Amino acid sequence: MATIDRHFFDIGYMDTLSSQHTAVHQLDPRAKLLTTLVFVVTVVSFGKYEISALLPFFIYPMVLCVVGNVPPAFLLKKLVLVSPFAIMLGIFNPLLDSDILIRLAGVEVSGGWVSFASILIRFVLTVGVALTLIAVTGFNAVCMALEKLGTPKVFVVQLLFLHRYMFVLVDEAARIFRARALRSFGGQASGIKSYGSIVGQLLLRTIDRAQRIYLAMSCRGFEGHVHVMRSHRIGYREIGFIVGWSLFFILMRFYNLPVLMGKILTELFR
Amino acid sequence: MSHHIIEANDLHYTYPDGTTGVAGVSFRITHGESVAVVGANGAGKSTLLLHLNGYFIPSRGGLRIGDYPLTKKNVNAVRRTVGMVFQKPDDQLFMPTVFDDVAFGPLNLGLPPDEVETCVMHALEMVGVPHLKNRPPYKLSGGEKRAVAIASVLSMSPNILVMDEPSSDLDPRSRRRLIKLLNSFEHTKVIATHDLDMAVDVCERTIVLSEGRVTADGPTLELLQDEALLQKSGLEKPLQMQNCPVCAERKKKQNGNSNIIRAPRRGLQSG
Repeated sequence: MATIDRHFFDIGYMDTLSSQHTAVHQLDPRAKLLTTLVFVVTVVSFGKYEISALLPFFIYPMVLCVVGNVPPAFLLKKLVLVSPFAIMLGIFNPLLDSDILIRLAGVEVSGGWVSFASILIRFVLTVGVALTLIAVTGFNAVCMALEKLGTPKVFVVQLLFLHRYMFVLVDEAARIFRARALRSFGGQASGIKSYGSIVGQLLLRTIDRAQRIYLAMSCRGFEGHVHVMRSHRIGYREIGFIVGWSLFFILMRFYNLPVLMGKILTELFR
Repeated sequence: MSHHIIEANDLHYTYPDGTTGVAGVSFRITHGESVAVVGANGAGKSTLLLHLNGYFIPSRGGLRIGDYPLTKKNVNAVRRTVGMVFQKPDDQLFMPTVFDDVAFGPLNLGLPPDEVETCVMHALEMVGVPHLKNRPPYKLSGGEKRAVAIASVLSMSPNILVMDEPSSDLDPRSRRRLIKLLNSFEHTKVIATHDLDMAVDVCERTIVLSEGRVTADGPTLELLQDEALLQKSGLEKPLQMQNCPVCAERKKKQNGNSNIIRAPRRGLQSG
């Protein structure tokens, strides 16, 4: 129960983070969204055994976190929460692909383990950067940017509602679990059986509440379009941000920076 | 000023499961009137209110709001005329900041941005919370949320204000502030409430509902003194109209206590 409550406040914390006024926050959401898209496409375009070339890509989310005043520990916790999905994707690689790919100080590492590590790094990079984007932009602003960049309105509205109703769902769930925990006396009376009716209750309550919210929106003239009053425009800063970072990502895609630096260092010490 | 009136004529509504919501409700509310709709739980107050903003379309009978009869075609026009404040402000506030929330209605009405800003600030000042404009709504206190919910409706300049239990969940001071605020509005007001003291303070007219029908419609002060009517409708006299029950109870206890105190004295004397 306490966990649900805590995560609920965590989601709210994301909105608090996005309402700051740092240099990154003030950029047009479209600039951040486009740059993030270039980032994600570049990261997933690497071969399945690539590890070292991915490392320089950590610079982008780190810079966003530092300049945007986002606590990395908060994002890391969120990453750990969703990590089982990525782990499930790659967990069988070491079993399926047991050819030795590299030898590190006498230790043989199979291709399966390397590709598993590569999947995890890519997961941390892509999901991490998406979370950072929301933390420095705000979910509604990201949706607005999507719409302005030509995403069909119906998808954008779906996303907005998903975000809005997530709060409703967590709020209702927290209430039900609190009521259950208070009457289950340390888990004695709370069998797995009660979960069936809890999930049913949750669904019905959420539908009811979602209807009330939709009604409130309709009463104020909602017709499928969420207007937000923020005047953004793409200026020199935005163009610089997009071009600068995209160039960096593309360069890092074709030149393996850690390997190059390693070569330079070994040359120096020779 | 026909755009400020509400006229219900033999209004019937039955829920899809067969439960009767309202059964033959008729009334006419004119410009500037402040009307309380009272009744026990399940009397049909909420069903009636949901007709006033076009969420329900009557199964039988008619409803005229402002210049329009309520039909599916006119729902949007009706919603522009009626500002509805919901019982739970959490259902009503959904945007990331208070400003965005109050601006939601005006932006949907297609007002230009500079005008939106003026009317948002005006609405926030009317309810006394302009300082909250950059705060996320879910972090506000109950009283603040209620004020913002009212502002989010006022910003659309409705002719008629409809409120569902506006004083529920408020602490006494916030409740008093709300009553002052409601009294300062010149809109036509329809307020569904169990807070009969508030009804006395804000509404000069009261409609009493019971089992989906109007059992009385008249001046608040008169109706809320009619104990037989209140009893029949599952209600009680407002506290301010009762001889203070707390003091009466205390007096009764004091008399009882003095008897108890006297008893052992007598015992001692006899011993």
